[in-house]
Amino acid sequence: MNYETIIGLEVHAQLLTRSKMYCGCSADYASAPPNTHVCPVCLGMPGVLPVINRQAVEYTMMTALALNCAVSGRTKFDRKNYPYPDLMKGYQISQYDAPIGLKGSLTIEVDGRKKEVGITRVHLEEDVAKLLHRSSPDGHDYSLVDVNRSGVPLMEIVGEPDLRSPEEARQYLIKLRSILRYLGVSTGNMEEGSFRCDANISLLPEGGQEFTAKAEVKNMNSFKAVYLAMEYEAQRQRRAMAEGKKLVQETRGWVEDRGKTVSQRSKEYAHDYRYFPEPDLPPLVIGRDWVEAVRKKLPELPEARRDRFMADYGLPLYDADLLTRDRDMAEYFEEGVKASKEVSAKEVSNWLLGEASRIINAAGIDVVAFRKKVGPPRLVGLIQDSHGTVNIATAKTVLEEMFRTGKDAAAIIGQRGLGQISDTGELEKIVAGVINSNAQPVADYRAGKETALKFLVGQVMKATRGRANPQLVNEVLKQKLIKD
Amino acid sequence: MKVSREEVLHIARLARVGLSEAEITRLSEQLSNLLEHFQVLQQVDTTDVPPTAQSVALESVMRDDVVEASLPPGDILANAPRRDGDCFRVRAVLE
Repeated sequence: MNYETIIGLEVHAQLLTRSKMYCGCSADYASAPPNTHVCPVCLGMPGVLPVINRQAVEYTMMTALALNCAVSGRTKFDRKNYPYPDLMKGYQISQYDAPIGLKGSLTIEVDGRKKEVGITRVHLEEDVAKLLHRSSPDGHDYSLVDVNRSGVPLMEIVGEPDLRSPEEARQYLIKLRSILRYLGVSTGNMEEGSFRCDANISLLPEGGQEFTAKAEVKNMNSFKAVYLAMEYEAQRQRRAMAEGKKLVQETRGWVEDRGKTVSQRSKEYAHDYRYFPEPDLPPLVIGRDWVEAVRKKLPELPEARRDRFMADYGLPLYDADLLTRDRDMAEYFEEGVKASKEVSAKEVSNWLLGEASRIINAAGIDVVAFRKKVGPPRLVGLIQDSHGTVNIATAKTVLEEMFRTGKDAAAIIGQRGLGQISDTGELEKIVAGVINSNAQPVADYRAGKETALKFLVGQVMKATRGRANPQLVNEVLKQKLIKD
Repeated sequence: MKVSREEVLHIARLARVGLSEAEITRLSEQLSNLLEHFQVLQQVDTTDVPPTAQSVALESVMRDDVVEASLPPGDILANAPRRDGDCFRVRAVLE
């Protein structure tokens, strides 16, 4: 029997508000000492009054609109009850049956093929406290609770089970993250947990109507982990079906270092959240004028920017697509192009996607960190130098040094004497020296072996530490070899 | 409407409350009585009344995204049943 893989993703993204969802504590907890951004509201004390953060609602509206959702005119908040030590109140204030955004879509591209993935809903809730697991010297396990994260605005984006492969799931996440970062509503950082993903995965027998029981997979901390976990799970479920086993609906955790998912079925019986409307928060009415004002504020999104890059700068689709996936990269590119009239957009793209990306990846940093060392005007200045002052190979090493030292190209080229030798007289002396000390290749060339010339050019480049203009070396060498 | 022994145990478990046999019997009766009161309320004709969870006519109460002072850590941990440094200490939980 053949099966189709059916995947639906739920993403939780922390919103970049200054304060928490229902109180004025700072939401910037990343480097805060434990339990310093806490007040009676996010601590879950009785008798407190939560109040909705307007900015969090607006960020959720922006996301809903960017995902082609309808924004509800009337929404409300609900209590989702469950006991866990990271949930201070014993309930989470979430949205149950009246989410802010409903029925949208996200277009992904896999193997050059476009696909529209449905968005079920976008709603607003709050994050929980952080648990730190510890062991005492006598082998006793216990947990510590840091409440700083409790109440940080959390937006949940539920996707339809429209994804059919691990690669589609990965592309969906990349695209969604890119949109959130363009909107400026979330950092989208998976490793730091500000962008989290749970996946529902099941199988559909070929020609059948009934899905197998779905597994909900958690604990995936990177795009790669989602891809690998989905691949593992799709295979595990197929194998189970082939062996005639019955799949059960369960929660499974991805165990990164073992490369597998394991069942997290607890003795606990089915969740009973007992949702009911939050009595402390009156209904939220979102007027059409507010929706339209937010729509006007939406920035240019990745796809629109990609198309514009192709139209305005004559870039190929491949370049435009890679440059616009990351908002910071796209902005770096555009500022670079505007910084000089003598450097073409395609050259800036080549350098950004080539050398600069290589440095960024090797250092394990992002465009923002790279930019602090080498800003767009400096990179473009270097590209301009590569038109004459230095050759391309030297320019690449100069870029590395610019990144390492934060100096500009001119300073490095001057200091290290890297400027290209364009003085024919100086070059002729070096060429003469190379001819004298390489009798065999010289004889080979004169006997008609063209490749010997390449070797001799290499020797000259070596002698000049790459500072010679290769074309000029070629010419001078040929002349001398023929003349002498 | 009778609330069964199983339902009482289910609710007790959700509330993380342990009950004795006598309490189970007593609560079963009391909860049944409570539900009967609601059955009286259900006789009211609400055909033209929109459902609401609010008793006050407020809407869209929001605050600006402004950071306000949090509590001093000492106050935050003042009621902690167990404390470890600047954190609450609880029994081990596995995620």
